[in-house]
Amino acid sequence: MTTILGLYNYWIVIGLMMAGLYVVISRGNLIKKVIGLNVFQTSVILFYVSMGKVKGGTAPILSDEFQVYSNPLPHVLMLTAIVVGVATTAVALALVVRIKEAYDSIEEDEILEQDPTS
Amino acid sequence: MIEQNLPALPIVIPILCAPLAVLLGRKTLVWPLALLAAWSTFLVCCLLLARVLETGTIRYYLGNWAPPFGIEFRIDLLNAYVLPLVSGIGAVVMTYAPKSLAREVPESRHGHLYATYLLCLTGLLGMTITGDAFNVFVFLEISSLSMYGMVSMGPDRRALLAAFRYLILGTIGGTFFLIGVGLLYMLTGTLNMADLAERLPAVGDNRTVLAGFAFLTVGLGLKIALFPLHSWLPNAYAYAPSAVTSFLAATATKVSIYVVLRFLFTIAGVGTLIDRTVLVDLLQTLALLGIFVASTVAIFQVNIKRMLAYSSIAQVGYIVLGISFVSHTGLTGALVHVFNHALMKGGLFMTLGCVAYRTGTVDLDDLRGLGRRMPWTMMAFVLGGLGMIGVPLTAGFISKWYLVLAAIESGRAWIAVALLLSSLLAVIYIWRVVEVAYFQKPSGHPDSGTPKGEAPWQMLVPTWVMIGATLYFGIHTDLTVGVAKQAVSQLLGGVP
Repeated sequence: MTTILGLYNYWIVIGLMMAGLYVVISRGNLIKKVIGLNVFQTSVILFYVSMGKVKGGTAPILSDEFQVYSNPLPHVLMLTAIVVGVATTAVALALVVRIKEAYDSIEEDEILEQDPTS
Repeated sequence: MIEQNLPALPIVIPILCAPLAVLLGRKTLVWPLALLAAWSTFLVCCLLLARVLETGTIRYYLGNWAPPFGIEFRIDLLNAYVLPLVSGIGAVVMTYAPKSLAREVPESRHGHLYATYLLCLTGLLGMTITGDAFNVFVFLEISSLSMYGMVSMGPDRRALLAAFRYLILGTIGGTFFLIGVGLLYMLTGTLNMADLAERLPAVGDNRTVLAGFAFLTVGLGLKIALFPLHSWLPNAYAYAPSAVTSFLAATATKVSIYVVLRFLFTIAGVGTLIDRTVLVDLLQTLALLGIFVASTVAIFQVNIKRMLAYSSIAQVGYIVLGISFVSHTGLTGALVHVFNHALMKGGLFMTLGCVAYRTGTVDLDDLRGLGRRMPWTMMAFVLGGLGMIGVPLTAGFISKWYLVLAAIESGRAWIAVALLLSSLLAVIYIWRVVEVAYFQKPSGHPDSGTPKGEAPWQMLVPTWVMIGATLYFGIHTDLTVGVAKQAVSQLLGGVP
C-alpha cells in the first residue's frame, strides 16, 4: 500500500509520461503529436519538481521562523526545461504551419499519400 | 584576459555572432561574419587542445562560481580531441556553404540559416566542453532545435516532414536524457560530472541508478541514431540543404557519442554498471545488427544522399561496437573512427553538394557519365568512398584496423570476420555510384539548361580540404591515434 500511495507523485508522472508518448505514437494529426509531446515533457517537469519537495518544507527564504526548506535547485532547473519546452513547441508549430502550406493538410497519412517516398 | 578565458570562447563567439547575423539580415556581410566566427572558434579550439596536451586538464569556472554551485567547464584530453574536430568541420563547411545554398535555399533565408548554423555550433561545442550534466541537456537542446530549423530549409517540401519527425524523436531523446539526469541527481544530489562520478559508487547497485542509465542510454541512442532508433536520420539527411547535411552528418551524432562515452566511462566508470549489466552486450548486438542492416539498405537506395545517410547509421554501429569492447584498443578504435568518419562523411556529402549544384539532383540515374563531366568532384567522391570501405592509406583503414584488433583481443574473432564482411557491403554501395559515374554514357536528354562542368572552386576547395584531410590522417596518425590513446587511458583510469 505504501508503494502505491506513498509514491503517488511518481505514479502521476509515469501516467502522464505514458499518455503523452502514446499520443505522440498513435495519432496521425501533427498538432495532436505536438500536444502529446508537451504532455510528455510536462511529466518530466512534475518529476523534478516533486523530487525537490521536502515534507513540511517551505520556500528557501531566509527567516528565523523556518528551519526546513525544499530544495530549490530542481525547481530552477525546470525553469530552463520549461523554456526549452516552449521553444520546442514553437519550432514544432512553425513546422506544422509550413507543412500545412506545402501539403494543405496536417494529417500524416494524407501527407504521405502526396509524397510516398518520404 | 583572453588567455584566461579561452575555454569560454568556443561558446561565446558563435552565440554572440548568431543574433548579429540575424540583425544583419540579408546584407552581404552576414556570411563573412559567420565565416569569421567559425574560423576563430576553430582557432580557439586548437589552442585549447595544445594547452591540454601541454599542461593537462583545464578547469574553468563560469562567472568564477566554483562547483558545486557554479557550472564548470572541464576540458580533458577527450573533449579537447572532439572540440577541434567539430569546430574545424564547422569552419570548412561554412566556407563551402554560400555557393551551395545559393542553389538550394532562397536568398532571403540565408541570414537565418547562418544564424542557426552558428547556434548549432554553439550547442555542439557546449555539449562537448561542459562538465555539468544538466548543462549538457541545455546545449543538446540548443543544437537540436537549430538542427530542426536548418533541416526544414531544404529545397524539397519533404524536408518539412523530415524536420518534424526529427523534432519529435529528437525531443523524446532529449527528454529521456533529462529523466536520466534527474534520477542520477536524486541519488547523488549533484549535477557536476566529476562529483557524480565520485558519489555514484557510494550509492551502490540501486535500481534507480539502473533506471537512470537506461533512460540516458535510450535518449542518447536516439541522438546518435543507434540502429533501431535511427528512423529520423535518413530523411533528415536526404532532404536538408547539402551544406547542412555535410555539417550535421559530420558532427551531430559524433558529439552525442562523446556524451555517451562521458556518461558510461567517466561517470559510471569501468567495473561498475558496465561490467555488471547486459548494457555492453546489448550495445554490441545492436551495433552489429546496425552495421549489416543499414549497409544492406544503403545498397538499394536511389537517392545517393539517402544512401550515405544509411551508411552513416552503419558507421555509428562501428563506433558503438568499438565502445562495447570496453578495452583500450576498442575505445581507441571508436574515438579514431569518430574523427575519421566525421571527415569522410563530411567530405562525401560535400561532393554530393557539388553534384547537386550542377545537376540539381543526386539520384543515381542523374549521375551517368559524371566522372567525365565533373572529374574533380567525382575523384573526391571516389577517394572518400575508398575511406568508407577502409582501403589502406585512407583514414578509414586506420580506425577499422583498431576495431579488428580489438575484436581479436577480446577473443571474439567472428566479430573481426563480420567487420571485414561488412566492408564488402560498403564496396557494393560505393561501387554502384562509381559504375554509374564512370562507366555509363551521360543521359541523352540535355538537362534543362543548367550549365555543365565542374562545380565552382569555392565549393571544390573546401571539399578537397576535407577529402585531403582523410588522406593525410590515413598516413599521419600521430594526432588522431596518439591523442585518442591518451584520452582512452584517461577514460579508463576513472575521473579525469
